[in-house]
Amino acid sequence: MPCGPSQHDRKYTVIVTHLSEISSPLLQLRGITKRYGSFIANQGIDLTLQPGEIHAILGENGAGKSTLMKTIFGVHKPDEGCILWKGQEVQMDSPGQARSMGIGMVFQHFSLFETVSVVENISLTVLEPLSLLAERIRAKSEEFGLPVDPMALVHGLSVGERQRVEIIRCLLQEPDLLILDEPTSVLPPPNVKQLFGTLRQLSEKGIAILYISHKLDEIRALCHSATILRHGQVTGTADPASSTSKHLAKLMIGRDIPHATHAEADGEGEVRLAVHDLSYSDPDPHAISLKNIELEVRSGEIMGVAGVSGNGQSALSRLLSGEDVLPAGQAGRIQLLGNPAGHLNPEHRRKIGLSFVPEERLGRGAAPPMSLSDNGLLTAHRRGLVKHGLIRRTERDRFTERCIEEMDVRAQGKHALASSLSGGNLQKYIVGREMQLEPKVLVVSQPTWGIDVGAAAMVRQKLVDLRETGAAILVISEELEELFEISDRMVVMYDGRMSPSVRTRNTNAEQIGQMMIGQFGTVQEAAE
Amino acid sequence: MDTLVFVLAGAFATATPLLLAALGELVVEKSGVINLSVEGMMAVAAVIAFVITYTSGSHLLGFVGGALAAMLLSLIFAVLVLVFSANQVASGLAVGILGLGMSALLGRSYESFTLTAPAKITVPVLSNIPLVGPILFQQDLVVYLTIAASAGLIWFMQKSRNGLVLRVIGEDPHIAHNLGFRVLRTRFLAILFGGFMAGLAGAYAATVLTPVWSQGMIVGRGWIALALVVFGTWRVLRVVIGAYIFGALLLADLAVQSLDIGIPSQVMTSMPYLMTILVLALVSRDALRIKLNAPVALGENYRPAH
Amino acid sequence: MNLRLEIVPRTAPSTQALMMVPAITIALSVLCAIVLFTALNHSPSLVLYSFFVEPFLDSYNLSEVLIKAGPLILIAQGLAIGFRAKVWNIGAEGQLTIGAIFAALIPITWPQSQSALMLPVMILVGGLAGAAWASIAALLRTRFNASEIIVTLMLNQIAFQILLYLINGPLKDPRGFSFPQSVPFPEAAMFPPLVEDSLLRANMSIWLVLLISVLAWVFVARSFAGFRLLVGGLAPNAARYAGFSANRAIWISLLAGGVAAGIAGVGEISGPIGKLQPILSPGYGFAAIIVAFLGGLNPIGIVLAGFFMAVIFVGADGAVLAGIPASAPVVFQGFILIFYLASYTLVNFKFRRVRGGTV
Repeated sequence: MPCGPSQHDRKYTVIVTHLSEISSPLLQLRGITKRYGSFIANQGIDLTLQPGEIHAILGENGAGKSTLMKTIFGVHKPDEGCILWKGQEVQMDSPGQARSMGIGMVFQHFSLFETVSVVENISLTVLEPLSLLAERIRAKSEEFGLPVDPMALVHGLSVGERQRVEIIRCLLQEPDLLILDEPTSVLPPPNVKQLFGTLRQLSEKGIAILYISHKLDEIRALCHSATILRHGQVTGTADPASSTSKHLAKLMIGRDIPHATHAEADGEGEVRLAVHDLSYSDPDPHAISLKNIELEVRSGEIMGVAGVSGNGQSALSRLLSGEDVLPAGQAGRIQLLGNPAGHLNPEHRRKIGLSFVPEERLGRGAAPPMSLSDNGLLTAHRRGLVKHGLIRRTERDRFTERCIEEMDVRAQGKHALASSLSGGNLQKYIVGREMQLEPKVLVVSQPTWGIDVGAAAMVRQKLVDLRETGAAILVISEELEELFEISDRMVVMYDGRMSPSVRTRNTNAEQIGQMMIGQFGTVQEAAE
Repeated sequence: MDTLVFVLAGAFATATPLLLAALGELVVEKSGVINLSVEGMMAVAAVIAFVITYTSGSHLLGFVGGALAAMLLSLIFAVLVLVFSANQVASGLAVGILGLGMSALLGRSYESFTLTAPAKITVPVLSNIPLVGPILFQQDLVVYLTIAASAGLIWFMQKSRNGLVLRVIGEDPHIAHNLGFRVLRTRFLAILFGGFMAGLAGAYAATVLTPVWSQGMIVGRGWIALALVVFGTWRVLRVVIGAYIFGALLLADLAVQSLDIGIPSQVMTSMPYLMTILVLALVSRDALRIKLNAPVALGENYRPAH
Repeated sequence: MNLRLEIVPRTAPSTQALMMVPAITIALSVLCAIVLFTALNHSPSLVLYSFFVEPFLDSYNLSEVLIKAGPLILIAQGLAIGFRAKVWNIGAEGQLTIGAIFAALIPITWPQSQSALMLPVMILVGGLAGAAWASIAALLRTRFNASEIIVTLMLNQIAFQILLYLINGPLKDPRGFSFPQSVPFPEAAMFPPLVEDSLLRANMSIWLVLLISVLAWVFVARSFAGFRLLVGGLAPNAARYAGFSANRAIWISLLAGGVAAGIAGVGEISGPIGKLQPILSPGYGFAAIIVAFLGGLNPIGIVLAGFFMAVIFVGADGAVLAGIPASAPVVFQGFILIFYLASYTLVNFKFRRVRGGTV
């Protein structure tokens, strides 16, 4: 499809042609459509960006934000529509081309190689002699307050440092546009503040920024303008500073955010999951170590674990699930229904009554190339699905059908491959599978991460329902709103440590935010 | 003393085919691909090089022919692994089996034919130094060229941009693709280079080292080359050192047999394999070290998303 | 506008393609063989006749097919269990050798014995010895994270050297005219012939092979233990999440391969060979890898693939008499595996025409 300016645009161009030198848009997207098979990731997207503008791309997970950014960055080509860069129509064939035109992008998953140094990593995209490049890295890092050692191996860098390397890498190419994909999802609050400072500095120098996020507060604090996506389509544009969060949320999800409803737990149930003085160093020397974790979860309550990810949550969840085990001498540091359980493998813990829903659904919670039926066997094999070491296929299929029905899983039946399900449906299936085990203790990690609002609401409601049956539930989540909605008590993890617990109704977002940067002391009084 | 000089001097020649093939495989593995067909590629190169040298009288033509033949096999491997995303282990074995069969098939009517090996180069003056002279300065041209190639490869891996690209593709092909590098093309070139080097190795073994044709003359040297890469923990210099140790062991095997000093020759023959297992166990137990040296994506096929 | 082919993953494996894979493989391999042998001045029709027709013409050849199919199927069943779990045991040749050596110690120690227990004990010892040899790789992999591919490959070479040492030294037959071989085994150490009082070499071991194949099928297709291994191969993190031990999967995989190869070694020395000698197997350990893949890592498929491969081995023996080189079947095996691997792509991927370049 030829894609010059439309009739309308052409007239417009004639009128404003003498103005265009003054304020020609940096980037214009017209009717960008991208399909994956029958799935439409982006449909007819228009967007205009001025130099120096910080523009938010707002949308839920799966709304098509990342796909759109990758199209701009030349990772893949749009099926329809065109891109105008400084008024000229361009073909983005590769990220290399995008970079040479002045577009830099920091992906959510960093594009850094661990076994080579910072400067070598950067030299892959910035073609310069290493010694010269190292000097320029130091210079940029000072100019924008992004401290980094060019000679260090990336392997040894923290997440925050890695992000700085990514940003410096973009800045070294003197870009006109910087694309940031969910940059704060890995940062603690003080670093977020620092990052925003850097971004405003860049904007003042005329560098435009496309800022992808689903965090409304951040966007309202930082961005000049916003384009909101839902199901791959633009649902509106807004001035974030003058819009209410409610308005933005409505554009983003199409309706008000649904809430799970439940009465507060009485806190009188028996302790079902107890963690006492749990310290653990990961074999990888750069992973966060757990330090003296204390935690109790009672029957009939939901305990929320807040915190920026990367503060020890994944180590904790692996230790609780049994994917990592403690030496037998420390078995008592994790107790399930009063039994020492730290040394038990996941199968044994499941036998005692623990279920676990991991944050990675595909590949961990379910084996991608296997059918839903077979995936039922992963954790439910004790429930009559196996006899004398042989699989009972009728029982297996019946179990899976129940999961599908119970949780309204949209899939092509029990023989559908796990990899063929959408994230939300797979999560519903996994949650349903674990609930059918009638767990006495349920540990859930990022229950609604990356799934659509409808599925998320259903998952939360199921958690609350399970609580009503007397189960003890631990929810580890990055989403503060989610934790405030469903948990009875909350703790916060920071740098491998865990705060004392606070009653959800006795605290607020500010207080939890303080704890998320490690200031546990100020809230001791609120703790019980 | 003579035995020692014989072993130390001769080790350079016995090490050369091991080293050539191992350097090629090292590059292949650094790109994230494991090619188990080295033995087969060497066998085919050996027979082609032998036949060409025998008919034309030119060692150079023999080496060229051998290298091309092995590259043809590596091309088949590359197509299987890169185009058809076939399992790397099985593909390597398949191509290796084909190579061994072809070698036997083509060399059938040359059994026990002999060639004259090219003369060794005696470096003036230096070769007269006692002990060191005959060890270091009376070798054939290929030995010297192989040492030069090793030095070149060290530079390529550590200092050159293409070497850096090769290494990072072996670490994470997905990120490399996102940065705009052409993963499949790089791996393709690496595999062909591996074939080229295995070809030179086979040609050297058949036309210089033991210029008598016999079926199965590669006798496991391709497997030793594979072992060497692991033995050297994917570092060129360590692979070079390992090659000379293994080369000396192969020769010591002969020396022990002729001296009849009571060590069964099979013990000596087993040494390179045994040492490889021990070194592999030692380096692999250190997760951090293996992570920083071994190509992380080794053996995983990469398919660009569209 | 330029058109090109692109390979894209299927959402589900295609059963139709799966059925076509063996046909495509064999057709292309035969085609390549014809071209190759024509180029080498052999009549391709003669080659094909001796490969695919002659083995079925008389009872002698059919018996030979059974002799070769036995070890191929047996080893492939063991290896396939590991391959499904992505444990790459390339050392069946060595495990076969070690199994044969240890089993051979019994008839070599009691060369006059007529005990009916001798053969069963040999099978047991052979299986255990093969497993023990494979367990070196399992131990190094689970304790030190050492690649089982390299370790089993190295152990092949070492096992061969051990065999050479023994038959040149301690186990050498003093009356063997200085040939490196052991004393011939007594009758009690041999598998009884399949057909009594005939000159055919086929023996009862084929029943053992078929029995083990049935067990392998139950394990792979119906047992929960087989399921655990499969999950470990397909999604290691899911296996860890479920609590299926990765180390146990490695042990089971390597031990299964070792037992099968060890018993196959007994099948050789207690069958067609009747003693220890330098060459115990014409490459069964490697050919079985081809059989395992060609059979789709499925026990039933492996039985079929094993017979097919055996026909080629036997056809090759016949072909030698017709002046066709003995290495021809090796070349043919190489073609088969190459075309199998290429065409198997169609099961999980499909070709799609895409328009490249500008729209």
